[in-house]
Amino acid sequence: MRRLLNTLYVTTQGAWVSKDGANVVVSVDGSERGRVPVHTLGSIVCFGRVSMSAPLMGACAETGVCIAYLSESGRFLARVEGPVSGNVLLRREQYRRTDDSDATAAIVRSIVVGKTLNHRTVLRRVLRDHGESLDPSNCEAVVAAAERLKDIARRALRPQPADSLRGLEGEAGLVYFGVFNHLIRQDKDSFRFVRRSRRPPLDPVNAVLSFLYTLVVHDCRGALEGVGLDPAVGFLHRDRPGRPSLALDLMEEFRAPLADRLALSLINRRQLTAREFRSEQNGATLLTDDGRKAVLVAYQERKRDEITHPFLEEKMAMGLLFHVQALLLARHLRRDLDEYPPFLWR
Amino acid sequence: MTSAAATSGAFTSSTTTSTVAEDDLIPLSALQHYLFCPRQCALIHVEQQWEENLYTAEGRILHRKTEVQDALSRGDDRIVHGMAIRSFALGVAGIADVVELRRAGGALQPFPVEYKRGRPKVHRADEVQLCAQALCLEEMFEVRIAEGALFYGKTRRRKTVPLDEDLRTLTRQVAAATRAMIASGRTPPPIYDKKRCDTCSMLGICRPQRLSRHSSVGAWLARHVDKA
Repeated sequence: MRRLLNTLYVTTQGAWVSKDGANVVVSVDGSERGRVPVHTLGSIVCFGRVSMSAPLMGACAETGVCIAYLSESGRFLARVEGPVSGNVLLRREQYRRTDDSDATAAIVRSIVVGKTLNHRTVLRRVLRDHGESLDPSNCEAVVAAAERLKDIARRALRPQPADSLRGLEGEAGLVYFGVFNHLIRQDKDSFRFVRRSRRPPLDPVNAVLSFLYTLVVHDCRGALEGVGLDPAVGFLHRDRPGRPSLALDLMEEFRAPLADRLALSLINRRQLTAREFRSEQNGATLLTDDGRKAVLVAYQERKRDEITHPFLEEKMAMGLLFHVQALLLARHLRRDLDEYPPFLWR
Repeated sequence: MTSAAATSGAFTSSTTTSTVAEDDLIPLSALQHYLFCPRQCALIHVEQQWEENLYTAEGRILHRKTEVQDALSRGDDRIVHGMAIRSFALGVAGIADVVELRRAGGALQPFPVEYKRGRPKVHRADEVQLCAQALCLEEMFEVRIAEGALFYGKTRRRKTVPLDEDLRTLTRQVAAATRAMIASGRTPPPIYDKKRCDTCSMLGICRPQRLSRHSSVGAWLARHVDKA
């Protein structure tokens, strides 16, 4: 089994990242701030004004360490890619399947069922752990939403075109985010969730969600490239220049366990407070430096949590899920598996 | 020297007809992978996947050792490390770890030696790989090679292998089967065999236990929705 490799996040503005022998060195204003052996890294993610030496980029490309540049707020800007990995036969099969409406619908079905059940798990866990402390009418709403999500998953199992599955996915999103505000138990004035807003996020909850989703997409993209799939050509998400559609597809099952649940924990445990956010004049809400650091640390810890993979029935760190699911998708495209088994979080 | 010149002359004149064949040569190492497990062979040579484990790392280091001491001379013999070899008849190309070039009369008589990390095995994968090397060398040097040797890291012993008709036939059959599988671009389904699979570096990619159960993923998914 592949080892869970670390991601080096460089968030200090003005940092210089370079190579010293087999180490990656981060320095700021000429003084060394950190040093890690390159073989322990799976990727390097730079936020904002961070520079990197060409020899380090070369070494990373050679050893398969992904490098991504994000804006200070976490918007994807660029990545450094080595030689295209994997092989042409798999990619061709991927393209053929995306052109085949039945094959596409079969994969979309797995993704939508997985995503919907995982959303439901977020709700069930809150009911299990904090059901009594919820306001009775809110509790009822959450129970009803969980039931509806199960019903949507059941309807998604039936044979149908991809577009109607996309419709069910939209419905599931409305049901889930419709009760999301009830899941927030601390500081409800600062963290009031009304609806998803992304471009830009307009409140602190959306700011955390968007930031976490960016991290998850980056990991999905790296995993897909690792098994030789083209992250730009998706099934649920259709082609759009510049959009990593397949990475977004793969991400759907991970939203609940790796982002939503983590965002709720950070807020409910008061690891994030109103102080960790700032608003721009246009209403855009961003995490501060400290806020971003807190989220990054929590995300890295979350990836080290052990779970039992529901399909493979083996224990693994959550951070390996991206790789394993990408592998299972490739195995389905190669006809080793009759369908794609999504990650189901229980 | 004259024979080398003649070979290169023949090579030049046949370039137009051999170009396609050259492109189609499969890696020599694929034969051994195929004999160990056709699926492993397809994962490596069709899907181009590779995972290193303790065994492959040891093997790699052992091979690196054979490469460093280049072209040692021992008496009249020359020992060439990492010689590029190919056979159009067999349809394979690769690198021979060690070829001893022995003087026999006026001509050079090549003697292939293949280095293996472990110990002699019950299956014939190592012999086939060695024989394939010999068939390449026979084609390139236009000679007949009666035997070669396998060197095992665990026993630190050389085992001489006679290249008899049986082994040659087996080698040709394996080469044909491997070429056909690679040309098809299809990976055969997994068959879990504990002894074999648990030493395989591709175990994590192959997932033979889970994937050979042949259960329907759709039924698995429906069960999970049901009990949700």
